[in-house]
Amino acid sequence: MLYFIRRVLAAIPVMLVVAVFVFLLLRLTPGDPAAIIAGDMATPEQLERIRESLGLNETLLVQFTTWFGGILQGDFGTSLISSTPVIDLVADRMWPTIWLALITITLSVVIAVPMGVLAAWRHGSWIDHLVMTFSVLGFSIPVFVIGYLLIKVFALDLKLLPVQGYKAPSQDFAGFALRSVLPAFTLASIYIALIARMTRASLLDVLGEDYVRTARAKGLKERRVLYRHALRNAAIPVLTVIGTGFALLISGVVVTESVFNIPGLGRLTVDSIFARDYPVIQALILLTSGVYVLVNLLIDLSYSILDPRIRY
Amino acid sequence: MTAFWSGLRTGAVLAGALALSAAAPAFAQSTLTVVMHSGLRVLDPVITTAHITRDNAFMIFDTLVAIDENFVVQPQMASWEISDDNLTYTFTLRDGLKWHDGGDVTPADCIASIKRWMVKDGGGQMIADRLASLEATGDKSFALTLTEPFPYTLPAMAKPSALALFMMPERIASTPADTAITELIGSGPYKFMADEFQPGVKVVYEKFEDYVPAEGPTSWFSGAKVVKTDRVEWVTMPDAQTAINALQNGEIDYMESVPVDLLPIVESMDGISSDKLNPLGSVTIGRMNFLYPPFDNPKIRQAAMMAMSQEDTLTALIGNPDFFQVCGAIAGCGTPYAFEDGSDTLTSGGDIEGAKALLEEAGYDGTPIVLMQPTDVVTLTAQPIVAAQKLRDAGFTVDMQPMDWQTLVGRRASQTAPADGGWNMFFTNWVVTEVSNPLANIMLNGRGNQAWFGWPDDPVIEGLLGEFAAASDLETQQAVAKEIQAHVMENVNYIHLGQYFAPSAWSDKLTGVSKAPFPLLWGIEKAE
Repeated sequence: MLYFIRRVLAAIPVMLVVAVFVFLLLRLTPGDPAAIIAGDMATPEQLERIRESLGLNETLLVQFTTWFGGILQGDFGTSLISSTPVIDLVADRMWPTIWLALITITLSVVIAVPMGVLAAWRHGSWIDHLVMTFSVLGFSIPVFVIGYLLIKVFALDLKLLPVQGYKAPSQDFAGFALRSVLPAFTLASIYIALIARMTRASLLDVLGEDYVRTARAKGLKERRVLYRHALRNAAIPVLTVIGTGFALLISGVVVTESVFNIPGLGRLTVDSIFARDYPVIQALILLTSGVYVLVNLLIDLSYSILDPRIRY
Repeated sequence: MTAFWSGLRTGAVLAGALALSAAAPAFAQSTLTVVMHSGLRVLDPVITTAHITRDNAFMIFDTLVAIDENFVVQPQMASWEISDDNLTYTFTLRDGLKWHDGGDVTPADCIASIKRWMVKDGGGQMIADRLASLEATGDKSFALTLTEPFPYTLPAMAKPSALALFMMPERIASTPADTAITELIGSGPYKFMADEFQPGVKVVYEKFEDYVPAEGPTSWFSGAKVVKTDRVEWVTMPDAQTAINALQNGEIDYMESVPVDLLPIVESMDGISSDKLNPLGSVTIGRMNFLYPPFDNPKIRQAAMMAMSQEDTLTALIGNPDFFQVCGAIAGCGTPYAFEDGSDTLTSGGDIEGAKALLEEAGYDGTPIVLMQPTDVVTLTAQPIVAAQKLRDAGFTVDMQPMDWQTLVGRRASQTAPADGGWNMFFTNWVVTEVSNPLANIMLNGRGNQAWFGWPDDPVIEGLLGEFAAASDLETQQAVAKEIQAHVMENVNYIHLGQYFAPSAWSDKLTGVSKAPFPLLWGIEKAE
């Protein structure tokens, strides 16, 4: 518990540094939200008045203090472009991303871990070669190609699934489920490749350890050796990959979101950057940093559960 | 926070949702699902000139007057009378006009809307400069009185673009013109469903049951707007191929803008139609910075223009000649003020040798031209590449600097020297209705620092624009427009690089798809 509190407290300066860094970086980037709002025909006076109304004419210190003071009170500001509260904008776009990440990771783990175990267990066999071939393909084929191929076959030719879109599960669960299949499998193709490869490599290492040989020498059944002794010890690197993969998914997957028209955080991030919507970008980067800090913490904590020798 | 908690609840009620989805509403509503050219983010049609914001506003708000397909001003919410001295315009609102929140449309609402628009719009500012009074004269009428006759008054109020004059309730129109409104209550054919709006993702409209269409046939933005679908949904799709796939799969009904290179796919699909719905299309132009060498020298500007070729530029930009038009008229071909005087080299492939000779005569010293190239806007990527090569061929030194469009938008406002972060040249596009009238074409402004980016100080064009504004009949206006055309070609206020069109595509379930400078969705009917 003490370790947990210590880690949470340690995250505060990290987030603070991120906040300052992001704020300054954005202000140093060329571009003017007022010009974007006003459009092509704005005169210099009109631009100036819009800058004034958005508070962009204040000094950087005043702008930062206002923004950061707001965050401490739970107010992330208002989008410069759409005049929507940032917290609503981000929350609205967070759920499609969270659902997609959860489904993708679940799908990936369920498929990839047995694949990796099988490949390691039957090391050098045709199963191993098949898994490794799939891994190489999963890594090599760009995600948008996989996406378009799946759309072509399952949506346009077989008419089994919709091409695109997102439905909130609370409003239309069937619609949500149907629309999740193709993007989840598209993204999972990478993660299955990654996790299967990592599981295989990690398990191969463990299977060569003395204690596994001892277990086999004791006459334990192969299945018991695998589940009881090898898998648990091989899980730590696999878990690390799953955790960071999940964090990556939460921070947004722009290409997949675009191909399947999912209104998630990836698209919001790109749109906000192109529009120089400072408060939204700042909130999104803070959120991403927070997710990474949290996921890393959870991974670290899980190490001690999987391996009781690890103590913090 | 509302959205966050509602999302959180989602997880908890997943099982219940299954049952809910099974018991979906049984009533049939006709819904038109549309992919527009971009996502809607800014709602206020007075604060921005963005076309998507204007298109959204035309769904929700109505206009006092509107132009038809012959560019003639027609009554829309109001009819008008002009006094004998041409100074007073008295507008009378038609019967039955209501706001979406139930209130009646009053002259006070219209006066507040006009006042807010006059702060921002170029045409509105011209009216404001001549405004003696603007006041209600009855329950349904108000009068706009000028200090001098200004024939552009009605065309300015009727123009559909940048900025169209939309009527809003007084409490909303009282918002300062530089502060964005966030509540969209109009009196137009559709109601904006604020609860369902997701900026950049989705816009939903529902038919306004109390809408009373104007009389007369529908012609562009004038006449009867008879709503034929209960609900319209705009869905933003950043990937055109996804939108085409969705159209093929019946998930959307209408795609406003199909990239020309993807058109063969659409044309090969069963049950899908495609056509050039915007008869005027857009123009593409190059603008120079008049403040710094070498383009502060008119001869060097002429040399640059002489090197350019509309056909080469449009071929690189669009490719398919069915969707571009070599056209020397700065007002856009097919419009009342279209003349092609002085555009010979532009429309005949350019004259590199002539440009070289002119450049030598002007004494060009090799000063590099900082040419800004946007890399993220498909319709603006090709022009700088073609132009750079043409300029190099003519003997210019070109420093082409790639950047994203928003960086360009910020940088073009800078008046610093090109070598210190300023610029010499950039390219942009306009829809033809924004340049078809010389008074609406902001690139013709020649008031130096008050002018549009590039800041030409051009008293000649200011004089011509004054003459155009004072001209009371079409014949006189056309004569002045012809002079303006010739002057722009001689002075090179900007380089007009031709006209192009974007095809639209729609499901054959739709009827009533009509041609106009932007989609008139209210007239479309969908067979279920």
